Amino acid sequence: MARSIAPRRKAINTLLAWSIGFLIFFPILWTILTSFKTEATAIANPPVFIGFDWTLENYQAVMERSNYGRFLWNSIVIAGGSTILGILIAIPAAWSMAFVPSKRTKDILLWMLSTKMLPAVGVLYPIYLLFIRMGLLDTKIGLMIVLMLINLPIIVWMLYTYFKEIPGEILEAARMDGATLREEVIYILTPMAIPGIASTLLLNVILAWNEAFWTLNLTAAKAAPLTAFIASYSSPEGLFYAKLSAASTMAIAPILILGWFSQKQLVSGLTFGAVK
Amino acid sequence: MATQQSRSAARLMMAPAVVLLLGWMLVPLTMTLYFSFKKYLPLRGGDLGWVGFENYARFLTSSAFWPSVQTTLVIVGGVLAITVVLGIFLAILLNQPMWGQGMVRILVIAPFFVMPTVSALVWKNMFMDPNYGLLAHLWKLFGATPVEWLSQASLPSIIMIVSWQWLPFATLILLTAIQSLDSEQLEAAEMDGAPAHKRFAYITLPHLGRAITVVILIQTIFLLSIFAEIFVTTGGAFGTKTLSYLIFQRVLESQNVGLGSAGGVYAIILANIVAYFLVRIVGKNLDA
Amino acid sequence: MGRITLDKVSKSFGDVEVIPPLDLTIEDGEFTVFVGPSGCGKSTLLRLIAGLEDITSGQIRIDSEDATNVPPAKRGLAMVFQSYALYPHMSVRKNIAFPMKMAGIDQAEQDKRIDAAAKALNLTDYLDRRPGQLSGGQRQRVAIGRAIVREPAAFLFDEPLSNLDAALRVGMRLEISELHERLKTTMIYVTHDQVEAMTMADKIVVLQAGVIEQVGSPLELYERPCNKFVAGFIGSPKMNFIEGKEAANLGATTIGIRPEHISISTTEGQWKGTVGVAEHLGSDTFLYIHADVSPNETMTVRVDGEFSARHGDTVYLTPRAERIHKFGADGLRIE
Ligand SMILES: Nc1ncnc2c1ncn2[C@@H]1O[C@H](COP(=O)(O)OP(=O)(O)O)[C@@H](O)[C@H]1O
Ligand SMILES: [Mg+2]
Repeated sequence: MARSIAPRRKAINTLLAWSIGFLIFFPILWTILTSFKTEATAIANPPVFIGFDWTLENYQAVMERSNYGRFLWNSIVIAGGSTILGILIAIPAAWSMAFVPSKRTKDILLWMLSTKMLPAVGVLYPIYLLFIRMGLLDTKIGLMIVLMLINLPIIVWMLYTYFKEIPGEILEAARMDGATLREEVIYILTPMAIPGIASTLLLNVILAWNEAFWTLNLTAAKAAPLTAFIASYSSPEGLFYAKLSAASTMAIAPILILGWFSQKQLVSGLTFGAVK
Repeated sequence: MATQQSRSAARLMMAPAVVLLLGWMLVPLTMTLYFSFKKYLPLRGGDLGWVGFENYARFLTSSAFWPSVQTTLVIVGGVLAITVVLGIFLAILLNQPMWGQGMVRILVIAPFFVMPTVSALVWKNMFMDPNYGLLAHLWKLFGATPVEWLSQASLPSIIMIVSWQWLPFATLILLTAIQSLDSEQLEAAEMDGAPAHKRFAYITLPHLGRAITVVILIQTIFLLSIFAEIFVTTGGAFGTKTLSYLIFQRVLESQNVGLGSAGGVYAIILANIVAYFLVRIVGKNLDA
Repeated sequence: MGRITLDKVSKSFGDVEVIPPLDLTIEDGEFTVFVGPSGCGKSTLLRLIAGLEDITSGQIRIDSEDATNVPPAKRGLAMVFQSYALYPHMSVRKNIAFPMKMAGIDQAEQDKRIDAAAKALNLTDYLDRRPGQLSGGQRQRVAIGRAIVREPAAFLFDEPLSNLDAALRVGMRLEISELHERLKTTMIYVTHDQVEAMTMADKIVVLQAGVIEQVGSPLELYERPCNKFVAGFIGSPKMNFIEGKEAANLGATTIGIRPEHISISTTEGQWKGTVGVAEHLGSDTFLYIHADVSPNETMTVRVDGEFSARHGDTVYLTPRAERIHKFGADGLRIE
């Protein structure tokens, strides 16, 4: 490689990448900035970027209007619960697919994924009826189960691609060492797959946190998570940009922060076997 | 690895996931099929008896049906094209030597963490609003008339919003794939005198094949069922009614469960057609 | 105790029969080596004994008890894998302790055995490291340590040295041999390297395409290989084979003579040839010779000490008559 042009190329790359990165991030940045403006500044023309009087009044207003804490708590419980449930069911399934593959393994995996393609609206009413019948409507446990089910194929797939990287000989060694199947999964497979499991967990929490069809349609007051909290801001037409921004920031902040902090773990496992 | 015992253990360990998903698929599906042959109006008399294929015929002949199928396919196809092309570009860019790569990655990944309801609301109000939106300000700055994005260019606007949300995902997967490309291969090609665009076409792109397949598969799964983005922005108006949304309106807004269920069956058929083609591509490219 | 008997054991993967029905007895305390070219079914046979694969037909007995349907964990055998298969997330100590933990052995006893194993294997200073922080040879020792602490009825080794470099391999070979002398436990050792087989084994089992070609002590195999395959496989450098008139004179289709059983002279001898390559090692000289009797293959001759010869020199070879092996048209040995 010609060394002499490297620094210049590096500078150009840097500039280009940062510009694009900034552009992609800008809507989020703008939302966060706007949340600290007064309503008047929020719609000012020309728009004000930083040089405004920062205020927390929007956050206060949002807190007064709705019980943010409860929505947040519901989101945490539903996303966390569905993820843990899903992982517990997916680990054994992924173990089977990765370490005792058969001719049907691939078919089963693709079938699982195809269940995710079934349009939710197509089955909304039946699920709604079943939920009423079973007393699950507007309960956290009901949503947990639904979100677990819709994300299960993705979890199984991710874990499967991750497990496949683990040499079968190590599990066989455990078997020779006298481990039962349960011990093999608990003491050997799971600890070895921690990075993959972490990545799967994170992705699933993000997907569950952001899921907006079932969470909107199967909850009312009690179990509504942050998706419902923010949806309540969609009706009053426009004009309350600052408050909308504050509410938006509050809705996305927890997952954004979690995502940023765990970015490395998330990305490391986010390949779905796309990388050999 | 495979003794009789481990095979039966495998079947047992597979069972919970398979049984649950089978139930999750079959139970509502059966109910949907059942309703689809009924006149069923929950708020106007409930179950009004069997009607044969009437719901199917009505749904199929309603003027909204074919446009909704088309809208669905346009949105899915548009978002896929944009995210894959831009994703490859971004992945290549991010793989170059630069300062602050980690920070750029953090910026690029951010939209993936934003819930669709929020992103739709923010784009609709703060960017695409014809009076107060940032884009309107930008247009006015150059003396142009602000575009009424969500009515005049509704479909492209929605494709844009959704692409913004999914671009990080595509970029990340493609980036990981590019990073796994053996640089010796590229260097060898460079030694052989292959120009940059040929190196891309003959080495980088084929190497990305699996990753692109994965991106397409996963995104299609999610894009077929986008809901919040339409619910929040246009409410299905201005030609943005996807098949999913049309059914949603029949079931929830018109409270016509029979008709909606027939639509649901169509949607399931459409999903299966798409799934069939996907699986054919994926089966080839993905030794699952 | 560890007497292992295979009774008409066979194995097929789908329609492919990898191991046709085979009988074999491994006596208690014996060091048995399975040797054969890569892909001949050595690992498969070992895994059948371990219980990691089901046998298609036949019976496996361990100490005269039917073990055919006993899961690997219950067979009381320990295995050392080619890749070592250490648990990467556990320290060396935990790795070695794992089988004892599974067996529910109490902590004090565990510590005692770990210390003893670590001392014997020179691992005392590394007990708190992870496998990733060890060299290949050390990893190998950990794998062995993990195998010995559970005091198995027999040890199974699957090419344990093939990932090590040449120098280490010789050292580990000796260590394993010594371990066997000390423990006197049955060991089954798989390798494709006949040198390992010759140096370590009490009994060698030569396999080809899943079939046992010959069973015997290293010297038996060296001196009386029962067919051409074994004759060519055992011994290094390889035996020279000669066909045609020379063989017919002795009433055979093929005759074989080992490189160390040929004497060489620059003036006179039975077979005339020219030197192709001469390798001078000091202790020995290996000569690769184009001989008239073997027009298609170069013959190898080993001479003790130095023998000066260069490319193109004419030499004469004389085989030691009592060391000539005779094989019939079917490849079997003729007495
Ligand atoms: N799980 C399996 N499925 C199908 N064929 C196998 C399997 N394991 C081994 N084989 C085949 O069995 C033969 C013997 O393999 P192996 O026992 O590993 O040979 P070796 O250890 O002597 O090199 C090979 O041809 C191999 O391809
Ligand atoms: Mg082998």
